[in-house]
Amino acid sequence: MSHATTADAHHDHAPTKKGFMHYLTTVNHKDIGLMYLMTSLTFFFIGGLFAMFIRAELMQEGYQLVGQTITLLEFGSFKWDVSFSADFFNQMTAMHATFMIFFAIIPALLGLGNYVVPIMVGSPDMAFPRLNNWSFWILPFAGMLMLGSFLVPGGSNAAGWTIYPPLTSAQYSPGAGIDMWILAVHLAGASSILGAINFIVTIMNMRAPGMTLMKMPLFVWSILITAWLQLIATPVLAGAITMLLTDRNFGTSFFNMAGGGDPVLFQHIFWFYSHPAVYIMILPAFGVISEVIATFSRKPLFGYITMVWAMAGIAILGCVVWAHHMFTVGMDPRAQTAFMFMTMVIAVPTGVKIFNWLATMWGGAIDFTVPMKFATAFVGMFTIGGLSGVMLAAPPIDYAVHDTYFVVAHIHYVLFAGSFLGIMAGVYYWFPKFTGRMYNKKLGNIHFWLTFIFSNLTFFPMHFLGMMGMPRRIPNYHPMYTDLNWLASVSSFALGAAQIILVINFMYSKRKGKPAGDNPWGAETLEWTVSSPPPEHNFLKLPVVK
Amino acid sequence: MAGHKQDHDFYIPGNSIWPPLSCLGLGLCMFGLLNLLKFSAFTGKALLAVGMIILLVGAGQWFRVLIKEARERGFDTTPKVIDLANRYGMVFFIVSELMFFAGFFAAYFYIYGFNIEWPPANIEVLTIHLPTINTLLLLTSGVTITWSHHALIHGDRDECKKFLMMTWILGVIFLACQMFEYSHAAFGLSSGAYGSTFYMLTGFHGFHVFVGTAMLMVAHYRLKKGDFTEKNHFYYEATAWYWHFVDVVWIGLFLFIYALPA
Repeated sequence: MSHATTADAHHDHAPTKKGFMHYLTTVNHKDIGLMYLMTSLTFFFIGGLFAMFIRAELMQEGYQLVGQTITLLEFGSFKWDVSFSADFFNQMTAMHATFMIFFAIIPALLGLGNYVVPIMVGSPDMAFPRLNNWSFWILPFAGMLMLGSFLVPGGSNAAGWTIYPPLTSAQYSPGAGIDMWILAVHLAGASSILGAINFIVTIMNMRAPGMTLMKMPLFVWSILITAWLQLIATPVLAGAITMLLTDRNFGTSFFNMAGGGDPVLFQHIFWFYSHPAVYIMILPAFGVISEVIATFSRKPLFGYITMVWAMAGIAILGCVVWAHHMFTVGMDPRAQTAFMFMTMVIAVPTGVKIFNWLATMWGGAIDFTVPMKFATAFVGMFTIGGLSGVMLAAPPIDYAVHDTYFVVAHIHYVLFAGSFLGIMAGVYYWFPKFTGRMYNKKLGNIHFWLTFIFSNLTFFPMHFLGMMGMPRRIPNYHPMYTDLNWLASVSSFALGAAQIILVINFMYSKRKGKPAGDNPWGAETLEWTVSSPPPEHNFLKLPVVK
Repeated sequence: MAGHKQDHDFYIPGNSIWPPLSCLGLGLCMFGLLNLLKFSAFTGKALLAVGMIILLVGAGQWFRVLIKEARERGFDTTPKVIDLANRYGMVFFIVSELMFFAGFFAAYFYIYGFNIEWPPANIEVLTIHLPTINTLLLLTSGVTITWSHHALIHGDRDECKKFLMMTWILGVIFLACQMFEYSHAAFGLSSGAYGSTFYMLTGFHGFHVFVGTAMLMVAHYRLKKGDFTEKNHFYYEATAWYWHFVDVVWIGLFLFIYALPA
């Protein structure tokens, strides 16, 4: 049969140098997973630079960078000047969030999933390998549109990553920035939907003999549930931004009061995607943490079945709580109460997970490796973000702190202390599997401690700033906010610089690290039964799970 | 499965240029659309044309390879896991399409409830006659595709082709009726929220009918070429599912856009 011969042709396990054409045309889930991770890392640093700009501007009262002109390049008579306006500051806040959400966190988690999930379920690859290639290679075009938006007249999107009309209507944002944002998110969304279909079919159809649903590792469950959320929610986002695109360019009136539309409609449809998107960004991190904590506590995960149901519960509830982002638009108080109640109910399954992790660690022979340090920090810091989320779910508190730095603190405790630390735990945990070599422990520990200390010093003061009433997305502030802002800014520079250690560590360890062997952690899941890195099609003989 | 090294039935293809080429085409289309809307109409159209050609070549070659592989595999000897993967994939793709329409329907209901007067006084609403005919057309096409499918299952390929042809002809007539309706409507896309919801919903549905009709034509062509067997005809079934999905969305449009305000 033809495909047997194709498979044979690719059965060389000798490490050969792979060129650009290989990576362009590859259908191997491991190559594609690593490409996702590298892309994510690139955009993480770009989004991080934007954050550094924001923190530099907010370091002291008054304007630091806004109003300045900086010469980037001078070469004879050629001079490239960049002048920063207040509008540029707005672009930075909007695009920092955009890059981190759509181009750093989601691709990183899907990259981990792409690499690990097929091996974990005991399958040779994803269900639709060519579609997998498509899902990745559409991302560079989305990235080019996003980055290119800084070069067009009027600059990039300056209306926040939530692109609410009427601020994003043709009248108030006439430039091409918003249109480029919309087209880029369309491409990233298409990638996300087709990737989700690929994951669901892989997990439902390609499990090895004996790998029943309730024997799947929790990371696989987390990716399965995330993929469902992507499949259900992302097309709705596509609808919302399509309506905005036609409102801007073809004279439709979905969000235009004069024509019988309503801007609040956009918020409803947008958050119907974007609240589940928060869970798309955190559920795979939950999965990673579950694997890491169980492995390094040398115990089976406590309450496996409740963990699965808790994630399913979070996903289902996550689809019906979107309006808690919009309490201040003037909603019916009954609707506010209903959305408040349902939002707070999410704390129950989340609490189940937190306590299960603690119970897994309880009495375990804990080995505090670098991934375990990240996982432990995740449990504590994510709980802080979860608790401020419960506070924000109550309309009276939300009215008081809406659009203040309290919300910024909350989102960073969820997305940085949550998703980012989860990704780091996963990347360090599976690095030996990806490369066949161990990371440098000393550098890993330094990276962890600097990240842990400076992320708290950066984001914790923002709670106080928010409670004091400092508004977000404003380049200047009252002198009373100066001290805490200075602390947050200085810490954020250290936090950003600390991430370079990660790159150095991995660049060094990839070549010079100690050989890792098949299973350096003594872990139980299937990816540790194959060589590091795994053979081309993972298993020479399909594993049978008992 | 003869694979002496492979102890499973999954199909792992070799490297392929067609997916990244489709990405390049779609990417160029997006840049073209952007230019068309914001910068230069000429550059925009040129980029759109080039992008569209590359996309069609990339996707077309991709599908050609898929069909070639299906033939080499043999329809009756397709392993169950491959058939299942294809079916799951198509079902979930239709789910995502359904959610896209759900977003637009949600917008429609919101605007319907938000406006005190619906349809707005300045809108001269279309009569329900043509939409009723359209409904009958699509419902009939649902019957003919099922008839055709049953003929295929019972081995009567001539009957199958005949009714399949009737189905896509009904689709073409439907599209013609929609174009006729659009050209005679007294309101446009920019006539306020009524025009927006009406044209975007019916327009996206019309686009899906267009895609479905093209899929049916391909199914017809493949039947003529001798593809599919009584037991295994995944592409044919997927097309039928897609056609039913398009049908169901139309029922929603007919009831809520045309009938409800009238």
